[in-house]
Amino acid sequence: MDLRYSETDEAFRAELRTWLAGALSELPTPPARDDWPARVRYDTEWQRRLFDAGYAGISWPAEYGGRGASPSEQLVFLEETTRARAPYVGVNFVGTLHCGPTLIAEGTDAQKSAHLPRILRGEEVWCQCFSEPDAGSDLAGLRTRAVRDGDDYVVTGQKIWCSFGHVGDFGELLVRTDPDAAKHRGITWLILPMDLPGIDVRPIETVLGSSEFCEVFLDDVRVPAANRVGDENDGWRVTNVTLSFERGTAFVSEMVDALRLAEELAPDVHDLSDRRELAHVVAQLDALWALTKRNVSQAAHDGAPGPGAFMFKLAYSEARDRLGELCMRVLDRGAFDIHDERVEERLRTLSLPIAAGTSQIQRNIIGERLLGLPKEQPWPRSA
Amino acid sequence: MNFDLSEDQVALRDAIRSLCRGRFTGERVRKGFDQAMFDELATTGVFSLRADGFGWADAAITFEELGRAVVPGPLVWTHLAHGVAEGIVTGLERPRDGAPALLEHLAVADGIAVVDDDGISLVPSDAVAGVTALDWPLDPLTPVHRIDALPTGERIGGRDEAAAWRRGGGLLTAAFEVGMAQACTEAATGYSLARRQFDRPIGSFQAVKHILADMVVRAEVARTAVHAAAVTMDDPGIGDRERALSGARLLAAEAAEKNAKGSLQVHGGIGFTWEADVHLYLKRAWMLSTAFGNVHVHADALAARLVR
Repeated sequence: MDLRYSETDEAFRAELRTWLAGALSELPTPPARDDWPARVRYDTEWQRRLFDAGYAGISWPAEYGGRGASPSEQLVFLEETTRARAPYVGVNFVGTLHCGPTLIAEGTDAQKSAHLPRILRGEEVWCQCFSEPDAGSDLAGLRTRAVRDGDDYVVTGQKIWCSFGHVGDFGELLVRTDPDAAKHRGITWLILPMDLPGIDVRPIETVLGSSEFCEVFLDDVRVPAANRVGDENDGWRVTNVTLSFERGTAFVSEMVDALRLAEELAPDVHDLSDRRELAHVVAQLDALWALTKRNVSQAAHDGAPGPGAFMFKLAYSEARDRLGELCMRVLDRGAFDIHDERVEERLRTLSLPIAAGTSQIQRNIIGERLLGLPKEQPWPRSA
Repeated sequence: MNFDLSEDQVALRDAIRSLCRGRFTGERVRKGFDQAMFDELATTGVFSLRADGFGWADAAITFEELGRAVVPGPLVWTHLAHGVAEGIVTGLERPRDGAPALLEHLAVADGIAVVDDDGISLVPSDAVAGVTALDWPLDPLTPVHRIDALPTGERIGGRDEAAAWRRGGGLLTAAFEVGMAQACTEAATGYSLARRQFDRPIGSFQAVKHILADMVVRAEVARTAVHAAAVTMDDPGIGDRERALSGARLLAAEAAEKNAKGSLQVHGGIGFTWEADVHLYLKRAWMLSTAFGNVHVHADALAARLVR
């Protein structure tokens, strides 16, 4: 077990630190949370700067325009960008962390060359169209229908909780192509250009009073069959590639940011029981950072993340909830104003134990895949 | 950077695990700690490990395995005292203001290490007066004596050594606690697969499965924290040693206690019996949580590191 960064890593850190100092000093003021055109501009311009400096797609292989950084360099990148308070991935989240890796793993050459460079340069914003009103935790029960007609799929249905749906250029879309097959076997993964006729996007106002999520209504939308990623009816497997990225890596950078938040809160925590609670939260976050290092080491070594990757999101959601509650207690009446970053974060992180697989679903996965426990017996189908 | 166990560390872990499986069975463990057990552990190198060129990380891996088997005895103190005091060594923090002390494993010990802020003293175990054995100790595998007057003893280490022993003792206790937490998860998982109610294994019910999922996550997160603390003790240049250690100790103590309770719940009525091993883990977890700084001590220490 070795936690020491190599000289190469430290050289990378020094170079990155220098670049960040310059790049961040030229940044415009961050836009207001509900000013979406400005947010898209701010986030994608930052992505472009990362790209120009050679830091975009830090973990993506070099052949797809990424940096192909070693696992330890990826950790250094997270540490340094968080420490310098560089902009968060923002509207580039789905593209860079979710669908980009999926296209790298499963896309055709044409799909890769059409999208990967544009995602890296901040020229394409992606949104996720997975959940439906009746397919949340039971995602495989989705019913949005796609019928093959010539060179197109004709898609009709409704999606919900589509992150960045109203600003996305493309969506990662799950549809049902075989209604007669077992539910996991009739699903297909499509690239959805969001400007096709028949798409209606309606923002959902969240507890923050802003619209990170949308409903997407699809009415006879003709999606070219060339936009299919993976085989027809093999979308569930392709989805799990995506979901494993989400569980393993997508929350790491905000976890590092949570550590910063906790450390900055410390001088304001005077009550003894609050100080002890802060210590517990920091202990958990430190351990999750160590767990990330272990996951990354095991993935580099064995080609697949170890058991810790299944555990990260559940444990992080819990630690983050404790931090949020602590912030509210420490701020006392200061918490009446959502402009305080800590209040805003408390509200935002209420979604953590729900999004990307609820904590209850995470526990099922851990119980069944890691501990080998049997699935609960299915509810009998109504005739 | 490669924060995975090295091949040598995997081999070490497997060797100690198979030693425990073969030699420290439930039946033997229930007879308590004795000279023969000490001799076997000493021969294996459990106490001399670091003098033999291994690091804190290797010692932590070793104590994790001893914890899985809930091996009794003053193992951490004897490990710390290796090279300074002969034989079996038990120990404690010197009670404030000459208050009476409760001490584990006095009868088998050759010496007693007493730690305070100024250093470490060694008291020969036959030099203590006013000793009463508790006839009903919390953990049946850990005999406890009440000592009315603890002699000063002979100084065997100063301020720095005392701090180092507290750190090392905290780390190895945390490692032992993590091993216990893992063993509780495994025992409860096994039971949940074997035990059937409503015509199916109880482990298929989400109400039970979720207890077990929380247990495995708690143990693994704590284990990672302990490994990170151990590596930081071996190489203090990589981070804040005190923060890593206190964090590890907080999570490990919590994991040992909560996982023992989770195991008791999953075992149901059987878990409440003397016959099942569950109570041995829970009682040891409670006892160990007081060693080398309880959770409040470590929470306060960690919080203090955040506002330097």
